[in-house]
Amino acid sequence: MAQQDVLVFIECRGESIKRPSLEALSEGGRVARALGGKLLALCAGPGAQAAAAQLVELGPDRILVAEDDLLSLYQPEVYATLLSDAVRTNQVGVVLLSATAMGRDLGPRVAAKLEAGLAADCTHVEVEGGELLAKRPVFSGKAIATVRFSGTPVFLTLRPNVFALESSPGKNPQPELLKIDFDPSRLAVKTIKVEAGEGAEQDVSEASIVVSGGRAMKGPENFALIRDLARVLGGAMGASRAAVDAGWIDHQYQVGQTGKVVSPNLYIACGISGAIQHLAGMSSSKVIVAINKDPEAPIFKLADYGIVGDLYEILPRLTEEVRKLKGNS
Amino acid sequence: MKIAVCVKQVPDTETKVKIAADGRSLDESSVTFVVSPYDEYALEEALRIRDQQGGEVVAFSVGEERVASALRTVLAMGVDRAVHLKDAAFQGSDALGLSRILAVALKGEGFDLILFGKQAVGTDRGQVGPRVAELLGLPHVSVVTHLTWEGSRFTARREIEGANEVVEGAPPVVLTAQKGLNEPRYASLKGILAAKKKEIRVVGAADLGLDPATIGTAGAKTRWEKLELPPARSAGKILKDMEPGAAAAELVRLLRQEAKVI
Repeated sequence: MAQQDVLVFIECRGESIKRPSLEALSEGGRVARALGGKLLALCAGPGAQAAAAQLVELGPDRILVAEDDLLSLYQPEVYATLLSDAVRTNQVGVVLLSATAMGRDLGPRVAAKLEAGLAADCTHVEVEGGELLAKRPVFSGKAIATVRFSGTPVFLTLRPNVFALESSPGKNPQPELLKIDFDPSRLAVKTIKVEAGEGAEQDVSEASIVVSGGRAMKGPENFALIRDLARVLGGAMGASRAAVDAGWIDHQYQVGQTGKVVSPNLYIACGISGAIQHLAGMSSSKVIVAINKDPEAPIFKLADYGIVGDLYEILPRLTEEVRKLKGNS
Repeated sequence: MKIAVCVKQVPDTETKVKIAADGRSLDESSVTFVVSPYDEYALEEALRIRDQQGGEVVAFSVGEERVASALRTVLAMGVDRAVHLKDAAFQGSDALGLSRILAVALKGEGFDLILFGKQAVGTDRGQVGPRVAELLGLPHVSVVTHLTWEGSRFTARREIEGANEVVEGAPPVVLTAQKGLNEPRYASLKGILAAKKKEIRVVGAADLGLDPATIGTAGAKTRWEKLELPPARSAGKILKDMEPGAAAAELVRLLRQEAKVI
């Protein structure tokens, strides 16, 4: 029964797979087993065939690959045609994407093509009596909605860094090549290039460790303290809206309601009081650390660990301690 | 340029969430409603384009009676006229239903540009912009942070992980706005007075020829079965009154040995 089959859309960058896509494939495997269906991966992009080898250990029953030149940059209409054709041809019942820039853009467009429902930015998926239920944060993370679907196919985008990777080897499917049925002259609007952001550092939404600075940073120069700690931890730098609005740091670093939503394993908030609009962007982090002078700061209510103190005294010492630890291990 | 801006009225972001008695929706009794913040970037961009290139800006919003106040607000910002899509049959629409309603309402008017916020705060789905584009057979660019024009062609920058995509093209197109695109204006007193005289046209399902079975609760493909508060986090270990070096060392030890995250 194909309606029990699960198709996971995989993003690749050159010949490597984006980690959130691996997480989605892993979750796809769990859902397919619970539904008693097959797991299909659709891997698209210029290096897709080579990249597809990395998918095997997550246990897909079939790997579909599309490598057309038209896929070298993300063109929503081209990708939407590819994905909707694959969903129709294979009659799958569930389609998973990661809630990345591409997944959030592509999912709704394809769902509209297929007149299907979509639950966005899910943090939990379960199968109950053969039916799919998804949980997703709403109202800036102040509540959790449980979504039930009707009709098929159903679409879900999954929040990155939330779903566990679980290897499930055993099958060794040969990639099946797909052709795209799309006339490029139809593109009246076209992605022409990708420009790297300021610096080539890790993006805050993809990092497993994030160190953020807020109003107490007082100016752009002090973000060096944040960057140093993020670097030695192998993480990314973030900022609160107050710091971004003050012009100390670019908007791409902003975590919160009008910035990015992150859920790293470790989130360190430095000099951030914890306004609701910031909490909306980071409250699903696994471990939260707060460093703040004000013991009454709301961020401490959410924190698993905290230091009440002056971040200008604490951050350099923290960086030094982590450096010592990394040197010893 | 004929420009549409689709706005949504949402609970103020400072709202304290209370779950309604049905256990699957927000208790709206003490909620203040506002225009969704991302929609303000879309509105501002629409007004700037009209002021530079001429044309008209029309706002659309789906919802019950209270939505009229959101439309008054955007009329006061400078929108020329508004369409209030109001019908009992629209209640309970999910992203699919809302997109159907908006697509049909937008279709007849021949807009060059249709703008949305990148998502409505609250439901945080971010679906309706791309869905409407698909239903109208138009291209879309989502999460736009920069938009420039050269004659009738535009260049948009869209935010992706650690980079920007640069997109070029010509209308008609659907765009969704992200923070950074502009600094939204406030309504002036003159604007507020002028807004009182502007038209808000109320349009229902029958006016649009929509089959009630395809929209609202009846047509929804997703529904909230339950709404709950997030699980409370257990009290954390907060280090106080410690010498900075000792506190830093203790925190690193806890993160390594107890939380096992570094």
